[in-house]
Amino acid sequence: MKRRIYDRTLVTLTGVSVLVILMLLAVVLGNIVSNGWGKITWEFLSGQPREGMTQGGIFPAIFGTTLLVLLMTVFVVPLGVCVAIYFSEYANRTSWLYRWSRSAVDNLAGVPSIVFGLFGLGFFVQSVGRGVDKAFFGGRLNYGQPAIIWAALTMAILTLPVVIVSVEEALRAVPQSFREASYALGATKSQTIFRVVLPDALSGVLTGGILAVSRGAGEVAPILFVGAAYFLPHLPSKLNDQFMELGYHIFVLSTQSPDVEATKPLLYATVVVLLGLTFLLNILAIAVRARLRIISGGAR
Amino acid sequence: MSTLATQITTAEVSEIRHRRIVDAVIEKVIYTSAFVSITIIFLIFLYVGKEALPVFTSAKVHEEVTLKMMFLPQHYGTAEAPVSYMWQPISQVPKYSLAPLLLGTFKVTLMAMLFATPLSVFAAIYTTEFAPRWLREIIKPAIELLAGIPSVVLGFFALIVLASWVQKIFDFEYRLNAVNAGIALGLAVIPVMYTIMEDALTAVPRKQRDAARALGATPWETAWKVVLPSALPGVLAGFILGFGRAMGETMIVLMASGNAAITSWTFAESVRTLSATIASELAEVVFGSPHYHVLFFVGTLLFAITFILNWLGTTIVGRLRRKLTGAIA
Repeated sequence: MKRRIYDRTLVTLTGVSVLVILMLLAVVLGNIVSNGWGKITWEFLSGQPREGMTQGGIFPAIFGTTLLVLLMTVFVVPLGVCVAIYFSEYANRTSWLYRWSRSAVDNLAGVPSIVFGLFGLGFFVQSVGRGVDKAFFGGRLNYGQPAIIWAALTMAILTLPVVIVSVEEALRAVPQSFREASYALGATKSQTIFRVVLPDALSGVLTGGILAVSRGAGEVAPILFVGAAYFLPHLPSKLNDQFMELGYHIFVLSTQSPDVEATKPLLYATVVVLLGLTFLLNILAIAVRARLRIISGGAR
Repeated sequence: MSTLATQITTAEVSEIRHRRIVDAVIEKVIYTSAFVSITIIFLIFLYVGKEALPVFTSAKVHEEVTLKMMFLPQHYGTAEAPVSYMWQPISQVPKYSLAPLLLGTFKVTLMAMLFATPLSVFAAIYTTEFAPRWLREIIKPAIELLAGIPSVVLGFFALIVLASWVQKIFDFEYRLNAVNAGIALGLAVIPVMYTIMEDALTAVPRKQRDAARALGATPWETAWKVVLPSALPGVLAGFILGFGRAMGETMIVLMASGNAAITSWTFAESVRTLSATIASELAEVVFGSPHYHVLFFVGTLLFAITFILNWLGTTIVGRLRRKLTGAIA
C-alpha cells in the first residue's frame, strides 16, 4: 500500500512537470498577447515610427525582416537541398566526405548565434566585402561595411542545418521502388533525382524553407554587427544598404529607450507581430509536413 | 547483337553521351555542396580565430593585454593594490580579466540547468511512459511552440515582466540578476533537452517495459529503474546539448541579466556572460584595437567550448541509436 502511494506520487510529479511547462508557456504568450494585441492597427503595421518610437508604426522593420529572410532563402535553399541530396542519394556511408560533412552539419547546428555574428563581420564584411570593393570599386567603401546582403548570407549559414535536416527526411521518405522504376525505364541517376525523387519530396523542401525563414526571422544576435540598424529614414533598396529588423527593433527599444514606459505599448505590439509571424510560419511547416506524411504513407 | 548495334543512330549516341555528361556534372555539383558544408565550419574557425590571433602574437595588443592578464588576478593601479579580477576594457587602464565573464556565464548556465533539467527529464518520462495518447498530441506541439519563440521575445519577457516577479518573490536588491536570466534561459533550453530525452526514452524497446512489469515492478519503478537507465546516454546527451545551447545563447542574457561584470558567487547580483559581452561591446569597438581582438578571442573560446559539448552530445546520441537498434534486431 505504501509502495503504491509512493508510486502514484512520483507519477503525479512527472505530470506536474508537464503542467508547469505548459503553464509557463501560457503565461508568456498570454502576457504578451493580452498586452499587445489591442495596439495592432493597420496604421501600426503600415506606418513609419514617429516621436522616438512612441508613436507610429513598424513598417520599415517588417519590410526589412521580410527582405532579409527572402534573400536568405535564395542562398540557403539551393545549397541545403544539394547537401541533403548528397546525404540521401549519393553518399557512401564509409567515405570521409560523408563522415566529415555529416559532422560539420551536426556541429553547425550547435554553433552559438553570436559566433555567426562574429563570423559574418570577420568573413563577409571585412574579407569578402573589402575584397569586392578593391576589385570592383577601386577601394571605395561600398560592400566592405555592414549590409543586408551580408546579414542574409550570415543567416543562410545559420539556417543551413534546418533546411538539410527536413529535406533529407523528405528524400528518405520517398519509396525505393520509385527510384528503381525510374532506373528500369532507362533514366540516369540525375534524371531520377530531379524528375522523380525531388518532386515527390517537394513538401519537404517547402517545410525546410519555411522553418529556416521562421528561425531566421527570430534570430537577432547574428545580425547585430552585419547590417541591422535602429532607425533608417529610407527602406533598403540596394544589396549594400542597412536595414531595420523586427527582432533587433525589440531589442533596442526595450534596452536602450530613454522612456520605457512610453514605448511599452508599441513594444508589446511589435513583439506580437514577431511572434505571430514566426508561429504562423511554424504552423505552416507543421501542416505541410503532415500532408507529406499522409502522401508518402499512402504511396506505400 | 550486330542488328541491335546498327539500330542505334549517331543522334542517339550523342544523346546518350550528352546525358552522361549532364549526369557527371550534377554529381560534381552535389559532391561540391557537401564539401562546402565542411568548408563553412572551417571558415568559421578560421575567420573568428584569425581575428583572435593577435591576442597571442601582436606586440601592440600585448602592450594592453596578455593572456596572463586575462586569466590570472592582477594588481590594478599601484603595485600595493590587492589582486583582483576585473573586466573594464573601456577605462583609463583597460582591464581584461575574463574571470568575471566566465563566472557570470557559469552562474547563469547553472541556474538555467537547475531550472530546466528536472522539468525536462520528468516531462519526457511522463510523455513516453504515463501520458494518454490524446495528451501526448497536446504536449508535443506545445513544446514545439515553446521552441519556436524567438530568444529576443523571451529576453523581452524576462526584462519587462519576469524580472519584477522574481525580484518580488526572492526579495532581491537588483531587478536584473542571474536568477532572472537563468529562468528565462531555462525556457529556451527546455525544448532542446526535452526533445532529445523524449527521443531516447521512446527508443527503449517495448519488451524491456513488459519484462519489468511482468516481474512485478510498478509503473514508476519500470520508468525510473528500467527505461531511464537504458536511455541514460540519450538523457545525458540531451543535458550536454542543452548546456551548450545555454552557454551560447545571447539575446536572453543580454537583455535579462543586467550585464554588470561582477566577480561574486551570489546569484542575486547582476551578471555579464561571454556571449553578452561580445554582443554589447563589439558594435562600438575600434576596429583592430586590442579590445576588438580580445572580443574575438572570447568568441573563439565560446565557439570551442560549445563545439566540444556538441561533438560529445551528438557522439553519444549516435552511439546510443546504434546500440538500441542493435538490441531490437
